[in-house]
Amino acid sequence: MLKINDLHASVADNEIIKGLSLDIKAGEVHAIMGPNGAGKSTLSYALTGREGYDVASGSATLDGAELLDMEVEDRATAGLFLAFQYPVEIPGVSNMEFLKVSVDSQRKARNLESYSSSEFLKVAKAACKQVNLPLSFLKRGVNEGFSGGEKKRNEIMQMILLQPKLSILDESDSGLDIDALKIVADGINSQRDGQRSFLVITHYQRLLDYIKPDFVHVLADGKIVKSGGPELALELEAEGYAWLESYDRNAEQEANA
Amino acid sequence: MTDQLDEALQREYEAGFVSDIESRTFEPGLDEDVIRRISAMKEEPQWMLDWRLKAFALWQKMPEPDWAHIQYDKMDFQSISYYSAPKSMDERPKSLDEVDPELLATYEKLGIPLIEQQQLAGIAVDVVFDSVSVVTTFREKLKEQGVIFCPISDAIKEHPELVKKYLGTVVSQKDNFFAALNCAVFTDGSFVYIPKGTRCPMELSTYFRINELNTGQFERTLIIADEGSHVSYLEGCTAPQRDENQLHAAVVELVCLDNAEIKYSTVQNWYPGDENGKGGIYNFVTKRGICHDNAKISWTQVETGSAVTWKYPSCILKGDNSIGEFYSVALTRGAQQADTGTKMIHLGKNTRSTIISKGISAGKSNNSYRGLVHMGKGAKGARNFTQCDSLLIGDKCGAHTFPYVESRNPTAIVEHEATTSKVSDDQMFLCRQRGLDPEKAVSMIVNGFCKEVFKELPMEFAVEAGKLLEISLEGSVG
Repeated sequence: MLKINDLHASVADNEIIKGLSLDIKAGEVHAIMGPNGAGKSTLSYALTGREGYDVASGSATLDGAELLDMEVEDRATAGLFLAFQYPVEIPGVSNMEFLKVSVDSQRKARNLESYSSSEFLKVAKAACKQVNLPLSFLKRGVNEGFSGGEKKRNEIMQMILLQPKLSILDESDSGLDIDALKIVADGINSQRDGQRSFLVITHYQRLLDYIKPDFVHVLADGKIVKSGGPELALELEAEGYAWLESYDRNAEQEANA
Repeated sequence: MTDQLDEALQREYEAGFVSDIESRTFEPGLDEDVIRRISAMKEEPQWMLDWRLKAFALWQKMPEPDWAHIQYDKMDFQSISYYSAPKSMDERPKSLDEVDPELLATYEKLGIPLIEQQQLAGIAVDVVFDSVSVVTTFREKLKEQGVIFCPISDAIKEHPELVKKYLGTVVSQKDNFFAALNCAVFTDGSFVYIPKGTRCPMELSTYFRINELNTGQFERTLIIADEGSHVSYLEGCTAPQRDENQLHAAVVELVCLDNAEIKYSTVQNWYPGDENGKGGIYNFVTKRGICHDNAKISWTQVETGSAVTWKYPSCILKGDNSIGEFYSVALTRGAQQADTGTKMIHLGKNTRSTIISKGISAGKSNNSYRGLVHMGKGAKGARNFTQCDSLLIGDKCGAHTFPYVESRNPTAIVEHEATTSKVSDDQMFLCRQRGLDPEKAVSMIVNGFCKEVFKELPMEFAVEAGKLLEISLEGSVG
């Protein structure tokens, strides 16, 4: 489904991703772990096309279509979704309106009919309940005054409604208490249907207790330095990142901070 | 992102077409003779002509104001034509069937169907084309309830007692330079009278269109809401796309008697000029209302057009417990300049006013809020709340706030809140990552920013205003 081949990406002329390759097949869940500064967020922004994240070379295809040539919104409608680490507020725009416009835009791009308002209300309410947010959140401004955990759950709600082919979850576990973590993990698990794929980016193993990955990769200094099954996450948890070769000393200090 | 936003601001002005209509237009120039001719064209009584001439004498002694935060080449008032009307209007059409089809087509194209069957139910429209009112719909139906809704030139002839009693009482002939000019040369506009205790059964609206080259439009509107009455009124305006600047200097007076309520909404979409500030309407407008005891005036404006906007819809809260409200969205882009706001003059006891101003600047435009809150000696227990928010799109535009507060009564309370924000890259990225194209994203973010004001507009127009913003922002992102 997602094939990344020898990707090089930089921020402000500093190369951060230094030749990364990854192959995610339909229905698979891959986890990327790694210390701060390894390039985890840069990878997600380079794939989604955020301005300021420049790709120098390499390719990234989603079901054969080259993502790196597309506009941000076209990558989204092609089926690429990013759950943000720090979701931003859009004051005055209700969550409901935002969700409807998002879903409509994507359905339109895929030549699907848009939902009627009442149909959409039904699916939106169901998604809202699924992530355990009160229905009043549909009326509130996008992320406006939401707590950290509520913002993360709101991201999962968007994912549930948009039904992307490939979802990148950028530290969706950070700042969550154990209950919220379970809700987020359940939300993600409910979307695993053997077709849709997930790239879970995280610092910690604990999210992977709830979302069982098929593969775990360790990202350090812009490259995948080790890949394995779920047991790799446990090893990392026990021993930290320091035992990995090509491991950057600065990153180590950050990781332990 | 900034470059993309700038590119985005280049957009089509949909109302920019010219109608091919043969007009009777005065030679450019202004003197007493021109004023006599305007008055004669309108078959006005002597008292009206005298009033105009008095205003003209005052205007000649007044300097053009220069305190606003706007820059423009001073106008040559002798190079403007002060009267232009379609020839087909020489004989006033008695019904829509007699109206020049080209005129009807113009309004059709602007989305204002005048053919009876297509009219929006519940909205009566007075249509002003250059210097004359073409048609006023539902006039007879309104009359059944005693509501007078007609061109002001008709009111001068048919209801002189009302016009004489109220004209110039809220905005006097010597109020300011542009108002004085309007008093001298005004041509048409709407007149509304709502009788005591009557709730006007439909929305009233006036649609202003400038068509002829080199003419100014000087409209005059007078709305009188008698005791305990209620009316909601809306005006809209457009003009062709031209390289020359054209002057629009209007005066609107609202008289809101005891326990009455006037809701006045404006959707202003005059031609804004091109990216470099060539062409566009100079919009110098004086709008003011007076509230008697327990009366309420609510101004709502959505300003997206004009090269230069100079406009401060105000309330004189003379009566005890009267209420003034001002809700404004002003969007500037390209090289547009807007200096707009309000004045709330609290004179009576327990008077209250609310000001919500949303300024959006894009391109290299300048957008200023200028507001005065005056608490007079008698304004015991009066309250004002002002909220003034600016939203910047890109990094070449300007947002300015000039709040003035004068309080002569220690029991009066004035609150002012102000914020400035930007359409952030984070917000844009979130929207685009969810599948919205950049234009849709900007328009959604801007609409959210304006929500508090849009909810004050009558339903049909809130939708219109939202769409207008969308069109105005079209191309604001690349």
